[in-house]
Amino acid sequence: MAAPYPFSAIVGQDEMKLALMIAAIDPSIGGVLAFGERGTGKSTAVRALAALLPPIEAIEGCPYHCDPAKPCGLSEACAAAAERGATPSVHTISVPVVDLPLGATEDRIVGALDLERALTRGEKAFEPGLLAYANRGFLYIDEANLLEDHLVDLLLDVAATGQNIVEREGLSIRHPARFVLVGSGNPEEGELRPQLLDRFGLFVEVAAPRDLDERVQVIRRRDAFERDPSAFHEAWQAEEDGLRASIAGAKESLNEVDVPDEVVARAAELCVSLGTDGLRGELTLIRAARALAALEGAPAATQDHLRRVAPAALRHRLRRDPLDEAGSGVRVDRAIGEIFGGETGRDAARTAAQ
Amino acid sequence: MSGQDGPGLEHGAHWRGDMLVADSLPFEADTGPTAWQNALLAAALFAVDPVGLGGITIHAHAGPVRDQWQAYLDSLWPADTPRRLAPPNIADDRLIGGLDIAATLRAGHPVADRGLLAEADGGFVLLAMAERVPLSTAARITAAMDRGAVVLQRDGLAITMPTRFGVVALDESIGEDESPPSGLTDRLAFAVDLHGVSWGEASQDAGAPDADKIAAARARLAGVSVADEIIRRLSAVSLELGIPSARAPFFAVRAACAAAALDGRDEVKEADAVLASRLVLAHRAQQIPAPPQNEESQEPPPEPPEPPEGQGETEQKEAEAPSPEDILLAAAKAAIPDGLLDSLRAPNIRAGGAAGHAGALANAKERGRPIGVRAQAPRAGARLNVIETLRAAAPWQRLRQSTSSAPERRVIIRPEDFRVTRFKQRSETMTIFVVDASGSTALTRLAEAKGAVELLLADCYVRRDQVALIGFRGRAAELLLPPTRSLTRAKRSLAGLPGGGGTPLASGLSEGLKLAGSAKRKGQTPILVLLTDGRANVALDGSGGRQRAQDDAQSLARMIRAEGLLGIVIDTSPRAQKPAQQLADALGARYVPLPFANAASVSQAVRAVSA
Repeated sequence: MAAPYPFSAIVGQDEMKLALMIAAIDPSIGGVLAFGERGTGKSTAVRALAALLPPIEAIEGCPYHCDPAKPCGLSEACAAAAERGATPSVHTISVPVVDLPLGATEDRIVGALDLERALTRGEKAFEPGLLAYANRGFLYIDEANLLEDHLVDLLLDVAATGQNIVEREGLSIRHPARFVLVGSGNPEEGELRPQLLDRFGLFVEVAAPRDLDERVQVIRRRDAFERDPSAFHEAWQAEEDGLRASIAGAKESLNEVDVPDEVVARAAELCVSLGTDGLRGELTLIRAARALAALEGAPAATQDHLRRVAPAALRHRLRRDPLDEAGSGVRVDRAIGEIFGGETGRDAARTAAQ
Repeated sequence: MSGQDGPGLEHGAHWRGDMLVADSLPFEADTGPTAWQNALLAAALFAVDPVGLGGITIHAHAGPVRDQWQAYLDSLWPADTPRRLAPPNIADDRLIGGLDIAATLRAGHPVADRGLLAEADGGFVLLAMAERVPLSTAARITAAMDRGAVVLQRDGLAITMPTRFGVVALDESIGEDESPPSGLTDRLAFAVDLHGVSWGEASQDAGAPDADKIAAARARLAGVSVADEIIRRLSAVSLELGIPSARAPFFAVRAACAAAALDGRDEVKEADAVLASRLVLAHRAQQIPAPPQNEESQEPPPEPPEPPEGQGETEQKEAEAPSPEDILLAAAKAAIPDGLLDSLRAPNIRAGGAAGHAGALANAKERGRPIGVRAQAPRAGARLNVIETLRAAAPWQRLRQSTSSAPERRVIIRPEDFRVTRFKQRSETMTIFVVDASGSTALTRLAEAKGAVELLLADCYVRRDQVALIGFRGRAAELLLPPTRSLTRAKRSLAGLPGGGGTPLASGLSEGLKLAGSAKRKGQTPILVLLTDGRANVALDGSGGRQRAQDDAQSLARMIRAEGLLGIVIDTSPRAQKPAQQLADALGARYVPLPFANAASVSQAVRAVSA
């Protein structure tokens, strides 16, 4: 399998790229869902993201690649680390980006009795599943709307608690499973269950570029990539390095970025005017604005940051209004226009990413 | 090396875009290449660049013409090329791979079965009856195409198997409510229609490229260059034709490159682009580009962009020569089937509506929810869950081996190990909206009726039921939205529902009955939701006359009642009226007058019916 297309070489799709970077900077935002037309590079962007993430330290030999500071104590390696005084051996790994492919079965997602060891050695051992591998990283579901219902239930459970509880085949195991959920899909093929939709912090609508120059560029780069992937990667190396450095920098400075009271007030105002349910919208909005500020090296989040992340943070949180032909994206834009004045949020997101 | 002496085509002109018109069909210069020639050419280009072009949708009935085409396609590939035929109901373990049960039992440890997509590496997959391929199956195939690998996470196996293959989708759909999933066809560069091709035409040797030429073109392909200007033009044409997918112009560029390679050239020429717009862009058209000048004349035959051999003679007709983009557009327009153009001209039909929905319904039953496993011997109807059975047996193997009299058996399974998968049986509902958009309704209540339908749609969506939408006005009813679970699509077709004209109520009922019948055959429970004032004035055969129209409607209503269909009639007249009430009585349906029913109570009424 060839190396993925570089993130920085993706033409346009600024809102989606920004949302992914924001989720990478602050995983507590709760993931990104990219919904839209076919052939717009949704999957490409997600797969490319992996290359941009700064590596992390993990306890060697732990299947959940635990943070040395927070060992889970489940595996042998981790249990040793959990004991006082023992220093675990630590290695640097790239952030896991785990694909949950369509057709995956439950045993591979949650983990199951290790059949091989059971059959050949008569041992009852746990074979970790995808949720274990995704711990501290990303879980990517392509065509999230085609995922079978019972698997969606399972994911909702784990995403809510950050823990995977396995009770099967005489196994009784509980392990950490904290990950950023990233999904993509096409609304023409059926929609997402509201409960799952709600789990995603940011929701971006993706459309193919209508601009001729942009389309030509898409084809040119795709063609160049497919003809000679390694040369293409080399050509985009500097861009990729630059982006990786800014994401790493943003992650580090995130806690120092201030969110002034008036920005919080504006966020609340926006949510009230749109009638979004609960507090999750406000929280996501503020966190996303802070992450964006960090990405741009700003000391504090501003109303401008807020405005630029608002569409992605709020458009899937509106109650459905069947009589509004415009769709939720337009309603968010309208509310932003009313509260902030001037250009709409979507325009702002576009200019921001350029 | 270029042009004249390469491994190009002997009948070069036949295979150079619209040059074919001038050369091979001197007496019918304006008919363009035939469907059969296009089909052969698509097969040849696909064979040159199978992975880059994705594949071909062949719209044809099974029969000698399609067999002939397949035989030609087969002849273009080396003998050892893997070719795999996949039926529409192919199971996951055969498609993407899974546990090889026999080998696992023999070996005593898990052994993987590669699956058809991995086996097709370097060749192609033939998808039989592609119009019946479930969305979920199509998505597994396209995921493998996108990744260049099958990623397997099932039955205790975690394997990534690299594979590059092309797909030939055999589309046998007949009605407009069937077609292969659009997520799949979007990734196939070509779509050819063999319906109008006679056996006589197909059995003739059309001088199409043979395997040797394909092999030469394959070798040449990597070195073919394409000018920015050509990419730009193909992109512009795809925009003008309203094609949203960014894959379309990309495929067009690849197809042009393959055409150049096939012609023994290292550079893409105008003719290659003409050919690509005909074969790749035409069938994707979503709109007709504005005609250049005079509308009333027929589509002009595409001008040959340049003479077949000469290079320098192009300038002579410069004054009236169309711009290069117009040539590409003309090529694409000439290849757009008449019916498609007609349906695009009609304002009330969404072009996208015809694509990619058959899978959604076939998918429904397979989404029956597995709710775990149970220790039980497999009986009729219950499926043995092999992996769970093995897991149940595994911990006991040492003990059993030591007491067994048959030591050569690697894994000893006892009846108490058997596990079957349990499914939660849930009959899915299909709510069929039959909406009156005639003049009498349109003037007063259509917008409100739409609002009610949308609320109901949202409700169906929460319950994950399917919805379908039939509109009737003027002379007849039409299926505006084939059964789907997509609220987006449903809302869109509702928004495109214009009002006005007569009230062909009987026709609406008849369409509803038809759709309800097919839902029943799929094991779904259909519910008819009728929004009308009940005042029919167009009979089933499309003729006017209030009395006949009412009689037809009444007799259809009785047929529906006899079928035992659940129904609800929402009266959209300004004040509650007799006709709608009578219709509800004839149907044995619940009657809800819209004036008194706010949207919420309408949706409650529907829920009560379906509960």
